[in-house]
Amino acid sequence: MDNEKKYLFDNPKNIKRILHLLYVSCVLLFLLDFVIHRHVLHSWENLWGFYPVYGFAGCVVLVLIAKWMRTFLMRGEDYYDKSDVDNEKHETNKNSIEPGGRDVDA
Amino acid sequence: MWMLEIPPFLPFFIGALIAAVTRGTLRNVIMLATPIVGALHLWMVPEGIHLQFAFLEYQLTPYRVDKLSLMFGYVFHIAAFIAIIYSLHVRDTLQQVAAMMYAGSGLGAVFAGDLLTLFVFWELLAFTSVFLIWARRTQRSYTAGMRYLIIQVSSGVILLIGALFYAAETGTLEFGFIGLEGVAGWLIFIAFGIKCAFPMAHNWLTDAYPEATVTGTVFLSAFTTKVAVYALARGYPGTELLVYIGAAMTCFPIFFAVIENDLRRVLAYSLINQVGFMVVGVGIGTALAINGAVSHAFNDVIFKGLLFMSMGAVLHMTGRINGSDLGGLYKTMPKTTVLCIVGAASISAFPLFSGFVSKSMVMSAALENGYDWIWLMLLFASAGVFHHAGIKIPYFAFFAHDSGIRASDPPNNMLLAMLIAAVLCIAIGVYPAALYSLLPYETGYNPYDATHVLAQTQLLFFSALAFVWLNLKGLYPPELRSTNLDFDWVYRRAFPVALQNMFSVIWKVDSAIRQAFLSKLNQSLAFLSQRYKGPSHLLSRTYPAGSMVMWVAVILATYLMLSFIH
Repeated sequence: MDNEKKYLFDNPKNIKRILHLLYVSCVLLFLLDFVIHRHVLHSWENLWGFYPVYGFAGCVVLVLIAKWMRTFLMRGEDYYDKSDVDNEKHETNKNSIEPGGRDVDA
Repeated sequence: MWMLEIPPFLPFFIGALIAAVTRGTLRNVIMLATPIVGALHLWMVPEGIHLQFAFLEYQLTPYRVDKLSLMFGYVFHIAAFIAIIYSLHVRDTLQQVAAMMYAGSGLGAVFAGDLLTLFVFWELLAFTSVFLIWARRTQRSYTAGMRYLIIQVSSGVILLIGALFYAAETGTLEFGFIGLEGVAGWLIFIAFGIKCAFPMAHNWLTDAYPEATVTGTVFLSAFTTKVAVYALARGYPGTELLVYIGAAMTCFPIFFAVIENDLRRVLAYSLINQVGFMVVGVGIGTALAINGAVSHAFNDVIFKGLLFMSMGAVLHMTGRINGSDLGGLYKTMPKTTVLCIVGAASISAFPLFSGFVSKSMVMSAALENGYDWIWLMLLFASAGVFHHAGIKIPYFAFFAHDSGIRASDPPNNMLLAMLIAAVLCIAIGVYPAALYSLLPYETGYNPYDATHVLAQTQLLFFSALAFVWLNLKGLYPPELRSTNLDFDWVYRRAFPVALQNMFSVIWKVDSAIRQAFLSKLNQSLAFLSQRYKGPSHLLSRTYPAGSMVMWVAVILATYLMLSFIH
């Protein structure tokens, strides 16, 4: 890896820059709430920071629930294949298919 | 003019026929020319009924043009053109012919003016598209394709029964507003719902699409569900039930998408989420909402196609598609990365990208019509779609940890197809007036006012912030090799197991009954033979000579009597 070319995000500084850019944009967008006058359809939209808070909280809740769902929904990768595992082995031995399917036979 | 009478599906079917017998450059040229010629032709066709004839006692209208069908007609031509470019390198006649037939069937369905014609193309969609799944030629794709075909064909059969009821109830087969009244209304609704991937009928999509070939999935993502959205917009606008079904469709798939490892399956879940927005729009049924649903379908075909193409490019070049195996591909696939990000920004509805100008119409319509809670769900789904399709897809494929894979960008035809889609995404986002001018209704809607732009940007940036925060805290669920149980567990596991158990019980009971009967029979036989086994009895083995003599005497006496009678 040492000889390999350095790419954009191999340098941790660049990742930091992106993250800082995101933080600054978030702060600016939040502040714009106080500057721009909204014409709103719903009373909640008048709450300061409604969209930012909803977006942030929504995503955190989404991920936490999804993570919890894994505890009872997750099974092994071959869960449904178990009954025809033998067939599968047989098939792959016979004509060794590449994972992307047989797109090109040229 | 006779040209008018050529329905849009015909060029594609003819193209498929020629593609079946030609090879190489000639086939590529013909396949590319088909959607171009078809689109030019469609562009000049005025609205109205262009083909009609009587069949038995019903009026059939295989070719009817209005603004609603034209929208879908245009985007299907665009989608077919892009997908054909994307698959120019494929040398598999089966796939190419199936793809052309499939695109043609989609066009046939949206220009069908009666339910019988719709049924024919509805089933053709199923039979042609399944070959795009089977063309992967793995055991997995074979069984997934089988399940797909069974569900799709059932949907068609229900549609046919519904159409027959409809004809009996109303005396016509014309495909216009149907509504949820009577048996026919519900049957046709269910048929449309299955193809539209309503909750609990959605697993054919997440099951089959990721198992199709690299290029096949791009075709698949464009037609089937959009035909269903079109059919709902035609038959059930303003049906309130659709609002709730659609809202459920926007929300539940995003949870599965977050924990799914196969990135094309993540996109399949997000396809259901996007179709949910359209279904909500159809359910609200106002001019703005229908416009929103239709334009979102238009945009979705393009940006979802772009995302499937970029993930297809990854699968094609690396042979892998699981998030757990990928990462760091931006280093050697920079063009694909950028194009994928354009698709991701479009589906997330960033201002200046196509998703924004159509999704906001549905959201506004929901608020205007007092669906507050639905609006909150849609808002949550908007944040969620950014999370799983906008960030997760590009992040785990192209960034995240370096997987060490150094695959190069895909062949030029694939890049070109993605480029066309990306340019369209941005063009529609920047200049939505062009898209709006094609819409069925005139609403004077303007997506680019300060309120909308700010609200959407805030929502998205803070969603991104949540992703970063969760990642830095180590709370984000890692990509794991796994299968996540969904509703298909019911028919892939629970139902077969229940059947197996049921039959094993039935067989046990059956054999017990037979055993009991046989032993009773034996017992009674034994009893009878015991009872009548003495000499001269019915079942005895030996007869004494005396009784023999007596019987001979009886026979001779009878003979004597008979001779007297004579």
